[in-house]
Amino acid sequence: MHDVSSDPAVHHHTAPTGFLRKWVFSLDHKVIGKQYFALALVSVFIGMVLSWLMRLHLAWPAWPIPLVDKLSAVGAPAGVMTPEYYLSLLTMHGTIMVFFVLTNAPFAAFGNYFLPIQIGAEDMAFPRFNMMSFWTTFVAWLFMMAAFFVADGPPISGWTAYAPLSAVGGDAGPGLAMGQNLWAISIAVFCIASLLGALNFISTTLDLRTKGMSLARMPFCSWAWFVTSVIALLAFAVLLPACILLILDRTAGTSFFIPGGLVLSDKLQPHSGGSPLLWQHLFWFFGHPEVYIAILPSIGIVATILPVFARKPLLGPRAVIGSMIAIGFLSYMVWGHHMFVSGMNPFSADLFSVPTLIITIPATILTLLLIGTVYGAKMRFTSAALFCLGFISVFISGGISGFFLAQPSLDTILHATYFVVAHFHFVMAVASIFGVFAGTYFWFPKMTGRMMNETMGKWHFWLTFIGVYMIFMPMHYLGLAGNVRRYSAFVDDYAISLIPVHKFITIAALLTGAAQLIFLFNLIWSRFRGAVASENPWEATSLEWSTSSPPPFDNFGGRHMVVYNGPNEYGIDGPQDYIMQTSPEKAPSR
Amino acid sequence: MGKLFSAVVIIITVVSVAIFIMHVWWLPVDISTTGPAVDHQLDETMVGTGILFFASQILLAIFVWGSSNTSSSRKIKIFPGGATPLVTFAIILVGLEILTLTFVGSKAWGAIYIAPPDPNSLKIDVQAEQFAFYFRYAGPDGVFGGVHPDKIDDGSGNYFGLDPANDVAARDDIVVGSLTVPVNKPILLMLHSKDVGHSFFVRELRVQQDFVPGLDIPVHFTATQTGKFEIVCTQLCGLGHYNMKAYLEVLSQDDFDQWLKTQAGQ
Repeated sequence: MHDVSSDPAVHHHTAPTGFLRKWVFSLDHKVIGKQYFALALVSVFIGMVLSWLMRLHLAWPAWPIPLVDKLSAVGAPAGVMTPEYYLSLLTMHGTIMVFFVLTNAPFAAFGNYFLPIQIGAEDMAFPRFNMMSFWTTFVAWLFMMAAFFVADGPPISGWTAYAPLSAVGGDAGPGLAMGQNLWAISIAVFCIASLLGALNFISTTLDLRTKGMSLARMPFCSWAWFVTSVIALLAFAVLLPACILLILDRTAGTSFFIPGGLVLSDKLQPHSGGSPLLWQHLFWFFGHPEVYIAILPSIGIVATILPVFARKPLLGPRAVIGSMIAIGFLSYMVWGHHMFVSGMNPFSADLFSVPTLIITIPATILTLLLIGTVYGAKMRFTSAALFCLGFISVFISGGISGFFLAQPSLDTILHATYFVVAHFHFVMAVASIFGVFAGTYFWFPKMTGRMMNETMGKWHFWLTFIGVYMIFMPMHYLGLAGNVRRYSAFVDDYAISLIPVHKFITIAALLTGAAQLIFLFNLIWSRFRGAVASENPWEATSLEWSTSSPPPFDNFGGRHMVVYNGPNEYGIDGPQDYIMQTSPEKAPSR
Repeated sequence: MGKLFSAVVIIITVVSVAIFIMHVWWLPVDISTTGPAVDHQLDETMVGTGILFFASQILLAIFVWGSSNTSSSRKIKIFPGGATPLVTFAIILVGLEILTLTFVGSKAWGAIYIAPPDPNSLKIDVQAEQFAFYFRYAGPDGVFGGVHPDKIDDGSGNYFGLDPANDVAARDDIVVGSLTVPVNKPILLMLHSKDVGHSFFVRELRVQQDFVPGLDIPVHFTATQTGKFEIVCTQLCGLGHYNMKAYLEVLSQDDFDQWLKTQAGQ
């Protein structure tokens, strides 16, 4: 392999001057990272507004909601949502959040911006691929958004798009004709973008590390992005063909996922021989690793940021990296735990249950090591630090319910209830987003050259932290009581008595959502009015803090960085309590 | 700020755990022979993970509290023994917990899903469709008529696609919209779907099973109490999913025989 590190001229390209090359079709990983961040930001607010609409409908189904009839006159006549439009919004909320937020923000956005800088490279290994990844993702996003504007609205089959509901077309219900086509095309295109991105991340990590940057010296978030890109490469490579087969079933008359003898809308469907369970297997073979694509980067981000503000090294750095690799490896053996009651062979339930439970071991190790890092620290309670601590708390809360859902015998009562909704929102959505918030408060000075406002940051933290517990903790109780998810209204005997809890959750969701406007305002305000950031405002060790804020086009202004230390050298005795990775000073042995 | 964080985490933890312990919201009462094992498994998991949840949140709160003292004379401290005790603790404790849960839990699972049905079970055929369940009893001849998807016609009430004109066995089949069973009698359901995926879930039976189009899926249970219970669909099946339900009526054997006789006479 060509040793790039010894030859800084390789991959050197000059800064573009034209507007299009500089800001739109940029090859610069930093601009592409910001583009991903912006796309995720737009998407997360769309997804959040959808969740507001759903929550309002669940708590007060007869209330007209202002402006929803403008979004879809058919879906919400006079502002009162129809059951099918509720399901359309549910599908779009899940899809937008999982793909365009939880995959894009912690992995593609921060990874693009900081992976090359943290390993001392000038750019990604394949800058043109990188540009293509983003713009392909954007095309996927346009396809997804287009589903809002077709005649019968977005699909009603959920983000999991179970066949045959998703495969037979408009006979199965509204949104399942053109809306579902757009969904399937969007996800297929998204897969291509993610595969390109994953290849780029892997090549960059393996080939472009600067002199002295051994794998063991990579910051924990770079490790997380690396492991995540390997997971993504294998996971999206399965979802892509699955989506193509789904599109063929829908448009070309094939029957991969559709068995014979189905009668929909009083019509015997012209299909035979397919298997609905095949879709579930293919989808969850992607779907479960996807959970780790969403959460591992945030674990890495927290493991990187927490020591900076604790002013002491991360406890057990090797165990942290090993646990991340173990989680990535095991993530491929557990997909069947989504399918315990799906009708697959009941013997296989035990087979999928055991590795699922085993994942709790590396997850527990990670959690305990993060908690152990806080022990004896001299914590600087910045907004970024608070979100790291909040991450630990919500990751515990979300992880604990995994013990229940990993067991087939408990799935008989908890499957498809709000208990599941509580579990995955805590562990995958809230925890991942807390990592993104921590990363934003931490890296914003580097990305923009200005500090974020800490007062607003702290208000944002407290309202969000308390808010997410008020939203998602009660969902466990709803699930235990037998409240089924994906219902647009509660008309059965059980759920009617639970409606007051839903009202409580809705109010909490509206308030917590509103608190995110503080974050949005802070982002925009600080971008223009924030205090000017120094090169290393947090006294952190990794390479991005050895260059200007924001970094020059080639990241290090023509300097060729040499690395002498790991990223974990905090809590050193002396006038300065940390050692930069680029500092030739030798770290004391511990 | 650190002390505030600790206080908030402790309040959240204590309130959350208290609501679980007090069973403010909890499962409805179990009415099946296989349910007690599931409930026992749930209780065991709840206690084990509850302790883990409580201990780790409180530990986090205590450490954060301690870390908020930033007086310059205080030096940072490394966790006693480094990472090794925590890693060892996680492997041993969580390892034991999951071994126990797996061994005990797989029996509860096996009793519902793997154990063969009682040969004397009452067999009932179940057809799910957007957005209703239909139940078919074999009738006095004890034999189910064959099904023909091309003959399915909801308009004339032929939900299963029976062909009574040519099929003698189909003529006395009883098709109804709610599931009526005798108490303490093993029941064997055979689940089929007419159109898309659905699910059969009765909370009180602790049984949930998807309908998969193209597959016949058996489910068996024995109800131990008489009464009326809800059957709900838990697999997203389309716009009326939220309203797809039926009732399970558990009757005494005498009442059931009488009910069956009435149905057969109609």
